[in-house]
Amino acid sequence: MKIVNTSVRKVDGVGVVTGNPAYTEDLILNNNVLTIKLLRSPHAFAKIKAIDTSIALKVPGVEAIFTHNDVPETRFTLAGQSFPEPSPYDRRILDEYVRYVGDPVAIIAAEDERAAEKAMKLIKVQYDILEPILDFEKSIDSHILIHPEEVHTNFEIGYERKRNIASKAYSEKPGVEEGFVKSDIILERTYYTQPQIHAMMETYRSYSYFDVNGRLTTVSSTQIPFHVRRHLARALELPTSKLRVIKPRVGGGFGGKQTAVCEIYSAFVTLKTGKPSKIIYNRKETHTCTTTRHEMRLDVKIGSDLEGNIKAIDINVLSNAGAYGEHAPTVTSLVSYKTFPLYDTVPMRFNANIVYSNTMNAGAFRGYGATQGTFAVESIINELAHKLNLDPTEIRMKNLVEPGEGKYITSGDIKKCIEIGKEKFNWIEKSQVREVAPNKVRAAGMAVTMQGSGIGGIDTAAATIKLGDRGDFSLMVGVTDMGQGCDTVLTQIAAEVLDVPMDKISIHSADTDLSPYDPGAYASSGTYVTGNAVIIAANKMREEILKGASKMFNTNINEIEYLGNNLKIGNNLISLEDFAQRSISFEGMNQITTTGTWGGETSPPPFIAGFAEVEVDTLTGEVEVIDYLSVVDCGTPINPNLVQVQVEGGAAQGIGLALLEDIKYDKKGKPISDSLMQYKIPSRLDCKNIRVEISNSYEKTGPFGAKSVGEVVINTPAPAIADAVYNATKVRVRKLPITSEKVLLGMFDL
Amino acid sequence: MLLTTTINGRKKEILIKDDDYLLDVLRKEGYLSVKRGCDTGACGLCTILLNGSPILSCSTLAARAHGKQISTIENFPKEAKTFASYMTAEGAEQCGFCSPGFTLTVIAMTKELQDPTDDEIMHYLNGNLCRCSGYISQLRAIRNFMEEIKNENC
Ligand code: FES
Ligand code: FES
Repeated sequence: MKIVNTSVRKVDGVGVVTGNPAYTEDLILNNNVLTIKLLRSPHAFAKIKAIDTSIALKVPGVEAIFTHNDVPETRFTLAGQSFPEPSPYDRRILDEYVRYVGDPVAIIAAEDERAAEKAMKLIKVQYDILEPILDFEKSIDSHILIHPEEVHTNFEIGYERKRNIASKAYSEKPGVEEGFVKSDIILERTYYTQPQIHAMMETYRSYSYFDVNGRLTTVSSTQIPFHVRRHLARALELPTSKLRVIKPRVGGGFGGKQTAVCEIYSAFVTLKTGKPSKIIYNRKETHTCTTTRHEMRLDVKIGSDLEGNIKAIDINVLSNAGAYGEHAPTVTSLVSYKTFPLYDTVPMRFNANIVYSNTMNAGAFRGYGATQGTFAVESIINELAHKLNLDPTEIRMKNLVEPGEGKYITSGDIKKCIEIGKEKFNWIEKSQVREVAPNKVRAAGMAVTMQGSGIGGIDTAAATIKLGDRGDFSLMVGVTDMGQGCDTVLTQIAAEVLDVPMDKISIHSADTDLSPYDPGAYASSGTYVTGNAVIIAANKMREEILKGASKMFNTNINEIEYLGNNLKIGNNLISLEDFAQRSISFEGMNQITTTGTWGGETSPPPFIAGFAEVEVDTLTGEVEVIDYLSVVDCGTPINPNLVQVQVEGGAAQGIGLALLEDIKYDKKGKPISDSLMQYKIPSRLDCKNIRVEISNSYEKTGPFGAKSVGEVVINTPAPAIADAVYNATKVRVRKLPITSEKVLLGMFDL
Repeated sequence: MLLTTTINGRKKEILIKDDDYLLDVLRKEGYLSVKRGCDTGACGLCTILLNGSPILSCSTLAARAHGKQISTIENFPKEAKTFASYMTAEGAEQCGFCSPGFTLTVIAMTKELQDPTDDEIMHYLNGNLCRCSGYISQLRAIRNFMEEIKNENC
């Protein structure tokens, strides 16, 4: 291997660092687009009795104002999932009910922001204010009904509208009850994980226009261009053939842009007015009117013998979908999908209700439920270790999966990650509690996790390669690079198979008219799923070139050798450039294009063992992460540098989840963490020492042995830090985030 | 009002409203490297140099640039490219949306601080948020970049 498994630079790196125009807003070439603003509900739950837009429409510069009376009746979901989506079709473009503070009431299109905002103030709305459910624990069987209308689901997901249940989930590895009977010790604990905001730097935005052929084109910062096109077709009641979605460079997504948060508004305005339009969410809207990580309450019961052999785990989850059910049935299932195989011999049971409430709606977020499951399961295993006086690494060595043929996990080794981590982190020393200065205590904690690589048995991606007229290649994919570097990784893979330098290949992604189908960038699928499709397409390309050359030179195919930049025909060398030129010309009449399509039965998991050293100020309760080490096993990395930065960034986001990030609502359900001042994400000073070790393995179904690494990176910090804080202070925080206040109050209570 | 200012070395006269912010004016004029990440002066993405010092263009009224020198990253093609080569060598740019403002702040820092320690670097750049990278790779890139500058100056 020449290019794969090396840290080549990103194909677009210099361009983005030096500020080349690349993102959605940079590409609005028409300087006469309508600006869209949404009038949003001030109430958590209300029925709109009447809306009067007549005065607002008189504001100079206002083009149109739309209310629920003007939009199609059709209900849909905005979840970025392969069709048929498991998420309930529970929304309209605008509805007569508003279900959280910030739910859109009217769409205003004006020549500029000033006019739109002025009009917004002049729209008169009469609400029938309803009592909301703000506490998701009170949702099931409440006298309040959040979705009074009939809601369609594509198949059985446990939807019980009349009980405010958006979905249910269940899974079991048999033997749980017997396991508890055989246990010497049983612990029962309740953990809470908070909703988290993606807080990507480029907020949500889209831009729509009619092209010269009368097709409605939407340019959007999205992870899921093909799903967006399907959503738009349904929501706008248009055939898909009339729609085109283009994804330019994306300024961060983390799962947020796996929900089509804003595209329907620009597409609808352009459809109605015939004019180009744009909508750009400001930071406040991004933090209050989009999607969050699912907030969960996880009741966990664990049984074990006195040596730490775990006999059974039972998990009961209540998960908050918020006002709409995007990703409701799938996220919460990952609590079990990504914890059961890790402790594969332990009988486990999982039962979940995913409920509606009148809060911002939940959706996909890096980690996708595995994060919440990891926090609960790893925390209770740490608690068990303390009860049994065992080292947390030892108890894991006794219970963690060993990979093997025929098992769910066939490659990679989480135990090896722990061993590497113990040594590199200096675990023996750091896990001791030490007072390093008056009122400053240091200690450490750890946790393990796994994720998947794509969605086995469902998601299927394609890649197309075209041999250009001068012997260069275009690689077309529909997956979306949102910073993780898949454009680069896929180019590396193609270059490796085609045996040419990377700069011979230009990658294009994504445009639903031109790119082959891809479900998009989610579920850690870029490297693994689309990567495999690229290999197939590239191998086909080699074959087609040989076939073409055999015909052109009238030579038996076995006598031609593909050498990348050249073809060897008998004893002659002919350059690929020359061949390509002649192939496309009158001589060859052969434009070579190949497509590979790939979908896997399995979703091989990447692993991480995470180690955290914290320093707690016992006077203030303040927690500082002094050292954080992730030992990652993602098979054979295609680009070790990109893996490393992906892991570092995920750890930082996980540290944010553990210590800082929290959405706060006021008594009436209005979110108050509506800026980057109120909603704290980690800054440079919070991430002083994040380290990464890569434990190589080989996944035989993966491209060149690789597994994906996008999501697994975020899961370990919260449980590892929680245990480190416990070791340092004896305060066990079971409700994220672990704020100084909780630690300090906990110390007072001891 | 008519704003008379110099942007990246070129004299400009731009018709603005009194309450226009510099960020919006610059983007409208086509300086698309200037990004907006927030509305409250919290993220540093909109950083530009005003008379050589980094400021947040999202919370600076355009009128304040009257008669002054504005620089965006486009004004430092050489430094930006050199720094970009260190960033890309680390894989430190992920989505890249924060990069132009961050790079400009780094360039300003190298002109302001002699031989800064890691702590000083972190402190100087603390206002520049990044949600993707976890910051550590950026620090590695900065160190190598500073090393090159030092060697050049010797
Ligand atoms: S956009 Fe100016 S500081 Fe965030
Ligand atoms: S690289 Fe995405 S915000 Fe910094």
